[in-house]
Amino acid sequence: MAELITSKDIGFLKEQARRIRVAIVKMLTEAGSGHTGGSLSSADIVAALYFYKMKHKPSDPKWELRDRFILSKGHAAPLLYAALALTGYFDQNLLKTLRKFNSPLQGHPSSKLLQGVEISTGSLGQGLSIANGIALGLKLSNIHSRVYCLLGDGEIQEGQVWEAAMTASHYLLDNVCAIVDLNDLQIDGRCSEVMKIEPVAKKWEAFGWHVFEIDGHNMEQIVETLDAAEKIKIKPSVILARTIKGKGVSIFENKVEYHGISPTVDELGIALKELGEDGK
Amino acid sequence: MGSRTQEISGKKDNGSFFGVAIATRDAYGEALAELGKINEKIVVLDADLSGSTKTKKFSKLFPQRFFNMGISEQDMVGTASGLSLTGKIPFASTFAIFETGRAWEQIRQTVCYSNLNVKLVATHGGISVGEDGASHQSLEDIALMRVLPNMTVIVPADGLETKQVINAISEYVGPVYVRLGRAKVPSVMPADYSFNIGNAHVFNIGSDAVLIANGIMVAAALEARDILKAKGIDAGVINMSTVKPIDTRVLLEVANKTPLIVTAEEHSIIGGLGSAVSEFLSENHPVKIIRIGVRDSFGCSGKPSELLSFFGLTSENIAKTVINNL
Repeated sequence: MAELITSKDIGFLKEQARRIRVAIVKMLTEAGSGHTGGSLSSADIVAALYFYKMKHKPSDPKWELRDRFILSKGHAAPLLYAALALTGYFDQNLLKTLRKFNSPLQGHPSSKLLQGVEISTGSLGQGLSIANGIALGLKLSNIHSRVYCLLGDGEIQEGQVWEAAMTASHYLLDNVCAIVDLNDLQIDGRCSEVMKIEPVAKKWEAFGWHVFEIDGHNMEQIVETLDAAEKIKIKPSVILARTIKGKGVSIFENKVEYHGISPTVDELGIALKELGEDGK
Repeated sequence: MGSRTQEISGKKDNGSFFGVAIATRDAYGEALAELGKINEKIVVLDADLSGSTKTKKFSKLFPQRFFNMGISEQDMVGTASGLSLTGKIPFASTFAIFETGRAWEQIRQTVCYSNLNVKLVATHGGISVGEDGASHQSLEDIALMRVLPNMTVIVPADGLETKQVINAISEYVGPVYVRLGRAKVPSVMPADYSFNIGNAHVFNIGSDAVLIANGIMVAAALEARDILKAKGIDAGVINMSTVKPIDTRVLLEVANKTPLIVTAEEHSIIGGLGSAVSEFLSENHPVKIIRIGVRDSFGCSGKPSELLSFFGLTSENIAKTVINNL
């Protein structure tokens, strides 16, 4: 497998985000089911993590000094699989087996079946606690790696998230960086209608976190903020990333119904065209 | 010592096989502290009950490796999971109902599905919690843990066994649930006993009936054996401390040699030891089985001895049950 190429170059990272989006819509169409909207909304952030910010070795997934990525919003599994495949953890052909019987690419990520998945997720609200535990363990072992945890905005309605928010702050886990994908949509509708989560920034601040608020599709801002978060000491950081659910494909953008369904073949055609992939 | 089951049942000592009474939670606290000295991978988490679960002893000795998570069992299980992912061996403790009930889905989704090396050691299992009442008396924990793939479930009978269990599970890689008690229990296991995960301890196999018990009910079963002996009935006693994986070799041997099995546990008769024994033997070697346990009900406040008596978790009731079913 080719060694991982990473760069802080914004053009390079945007291209990786585009490739991730292409892989997502392709694998979801092939699978015939799955979560389109929330996979696309976090694609820029995940591209910046896997192709720039995180120390990791696709050829050695258990490398002790690696930074960790916990996909707490486990339904965005296609996003994680795309990032892992494109950085070389496994052959991209495997993406075609998403959600199929005998595939290591389960509907929600399974760490027992797929290298590069740090922990199985899918039941919302649990990832930040796990990230905290890893962060405590790393500190005990004197390993200066970071733990990134991606949450959905609907997900932070889960009470356990706030238990974990207290824990990270109480134990001064400055090696934890939570990222909340604020696309304002959950299965049943707008977050503000289903269960209000605002004021989000004030909540995290009140729980003792250093809060960054960014446009989750602005690659310059994402990269700058990931760098800035690393410099915050004594307290954990959270990046509140305002995003558009389904970002990158106009017919999916900001549409609640694309939370949990996959593109049709026709929609895939439109998506690939908009993602600059038609004819390739 | 003049008190054998006196601590839990209020009765006088009338046997020769019981030793010093100690709560299994106290044995846990001691074992954990000892383990901490020899294995620096051991880390301990508690949810604001370290005084009661006895993890406090470890916390004093190894404050850097102890994490009080506050009153947040779900977060505790998740954090323990994360610690295990960095090669630590986390022991997470609180009361049995909160550990297995409040955090059940975290245990299922994170600990068991990913087969993590997390040790869930809960205290205050069963009715002998006493005065705190139904909210704090876990009668469902074994069922809740036994149903989970990858989970090992152990209910030690006394202090000696508890210490051995804690040492054994620290060396075993994978999820384990250990259920301990609040009340003092008499020492019942022989001095040369050696615990192995999945191995039942056979005190004896009786020709008329065999009593299969765990936890504090092992002491009651041994007493029942004496009562029955005085009436000319030959009963055997098995300590089935590992409920999962259950010792099928011993179960087959017992079913071959006796016409009646009576299980006894400080738990609901639904889903616990009695169920595990019944499930295996009904498929592999049907034999008459009567389950003693709490019969589909919540507990209530009272002295442990009163409650054990009310719910039939006594040597007398075990003996009576055998006689009625011979």
